[in-house]
Amino acid sequence: MTLTMTSAAPAAPTALPQLVTVARRADGTSVEAVPSQQKMVVDCVTVHYGKFRALADVSLTVAPNRITALIGPSGCGKSTLLRSLNRMNDLTPNARVDGEIRLDGENIYGPSTDVVDVRRRVGMVFQRPNPFPKSIYDNVAYGPRLYGVTRKAELDEMVETSLRRSALWDEVKDKLAQSGLALSGGQQQRLCIARALAVEPEVILMDEPASALDPVATLKIEELMQELKAEYTIVIVTHNMQQAARVSDYTGMMMMRPDRSGEMVEFAATPVIFTRPKDRRTEDYVTGRFG
Amino acid sequence: MTATSAAIGSRRIISSRTGYRRRQIVNTVMLSLTGLLTALALVPLFWIVGYVIYRGGPSLSVDFFTQLPRPLGVAGGGVLHAIEGTVILTVLSGIFAIPPGVLAAFYVAGHPNTPLGVVVRFGTDVLAGVPSIVVGLFGYALVVKAQGHYSALAGGIGLAILMLPTIIRTTEEMLKLVPHTLREGSLALGAPEWITSLSVTLQAAGNGILTGFLLGLARASGETAPLLFTALGNERFDLARMVQGGLRAGQSLPATLWNVIEQPVDSLPLTMWKYAQQPYPERINQSWAVALVLMAFVLLVNIVVRIWSQANTARMQGG
Repeated sequence: MTLTMTSAAPAAPTALPQLVTVARRADGTSVEAVPSQQKMVVDCVTVHYGKFRALADVSLTVAPNRITALIGPSGCGKSTLLRSLNRMNDLTPNARVDGEIRLDGENIYGPSTDVVDVRRRVGMVFQRPNPFPKSIYDNVAYGPRLYGVTRKAELDEMVETSLRRSALWDEVKDKLAQSGLALSGGQQQRLCIARALAVEPEVILMDEPASALDPVATLKIEELMQELKAEYTIVIVTHNMQQAARVSDYTGMMMMRPDRSGEMVEFAATPVIFTRPKDRRTEDYVTGRFG
Repeated sequence: MTATSAAIGSRRIISSRTGYRRRQIVNTVMLSLTGLLTALALVPLFWIVGYVIYRGGPSLSVDFFTQLPRPLGVAGGGVLHAIEGTVILTVLSGIFAIPPGVLAAFYVAGHPNTPLGVVVRFGTDVLAGVPSIVVGLFGYALVVKAQGHYSALAGGIGLAILMLPTIIRTTEEMLKLVPHTLREGSLALGAPEWITSLSVTLQAAGNGILTGFLLGLARASGETAPLLFTALGNERFDLARMVQGGLRAGQSLPATLWNVIEQPVDSLPLTMWKYAQQPYPERINQSWAVALVLMAFVLLVNIVVRIWSQANTARMQGG
């Protein structure tokens, strides 16, 4: 992967002259070095589990319609950070989140926040596919029903749209009444993505979505992410650095401090992280010299 | 010869043949012993089943299941009243035991380390160890004394108390088997805890819960002691006449059913116990036949539950 830092001239002569630094990928596509738009902002977030500090003073910006990857060794707090983004940490006893996480400018840990609404707008896909022991149809319809959609025609449409978006429709359209557990691992994971899409979220969090899948299924999920990016904002945690390099636009490199709390070592456009990291630890990690 | 054995000495002390013969003999003896004792442990089972069939089989007939008892000396007659009574008691105990049992299990599984969770679990264990006759006495004090007469209602409550520990324990175990990630999947969609419990956890654990309930039911339907103080027994119990009579007299259906459960009823084990004490050969024979029916019923429930839950599991796993 080669990288060129260029100061791109404004595309249209009518636009105000401004300097946009872009990071260019090997395939010629490019991404803003610093995102100019913000879907979510993590602002000095510290997470405690009881007395144990799991995450120390982490900040990053999640750009809309981009894929943001969180990488780093085990135990560095990637999943903790991800689970703070839709308040899944609330479910862990004694968890405390300090700092602000803003979704479209609004603090999701504010006193007037509706947790249910946060989780609807920020969906989640887990490491292991976890379809409910229900039919494929009922799996996808679960969310809409939760939010009060009862008309058959509307549900049918939402189920089909979600399954189409998760690239599963053609494989399951004739067996919607079958159990979701009857599908293969990769199909189950796409079913879980469809289930998350059905409540019309804005952001999708993925916690190592392909780590339990074989390479073919992994590729499918990665292709799917590229398609979903047009309509959704995606944050993905991954152990697989090639995957982060392939799919993401921005990468956050996290590490564990000596006191075992996680910190953000470096956050930048993915091409920068993988070719010109500023931090020595990032370079060691992405080049495999890290123990 | 390797360097190691050379270091110990020129002669190898341990070879693969050392003690081989002895090991062979010990193995044969122990294996035969375990086989023999296993067979011995099964003897009572086959003996009981065989003997009950031998003694009770000849008295079985269609009449036995469809007729009410006839006076002594009159041929024929059956134990329909006891079958009806058993069904009524079983349904009642299910109604009383399942909702609190399942909800308690949800609480204990979800909050195992809270003071109330610990108390409920400990209480469940204690309740499971309470002799059934004591439970019967409790039912007597609680319901029979208050109502002033014996009734199916009192019997149902007694049996429900007996079933409660089984239901709580099995349900709790089944709930604990439901993977945490499944619950998270639902919570991440914004579902509140109680909807998640009802629509995801309960469904995932449904098989196991039903199994526990039916096994508890089978056990409770074979209980005699608690019924002695509560349902008492009633040889003149005639469900068909009571329902028809009630409806004909212009009573509503609920009122009629209430009348039914207000009566003392017989059950299969109760009938068996009473008949076996009577000095008349025909009653003794009928007692054996009741024993056979009871045994077959419990066996049938067990088999059906097993087949059904296996089929259901296979369907949900997509097999």
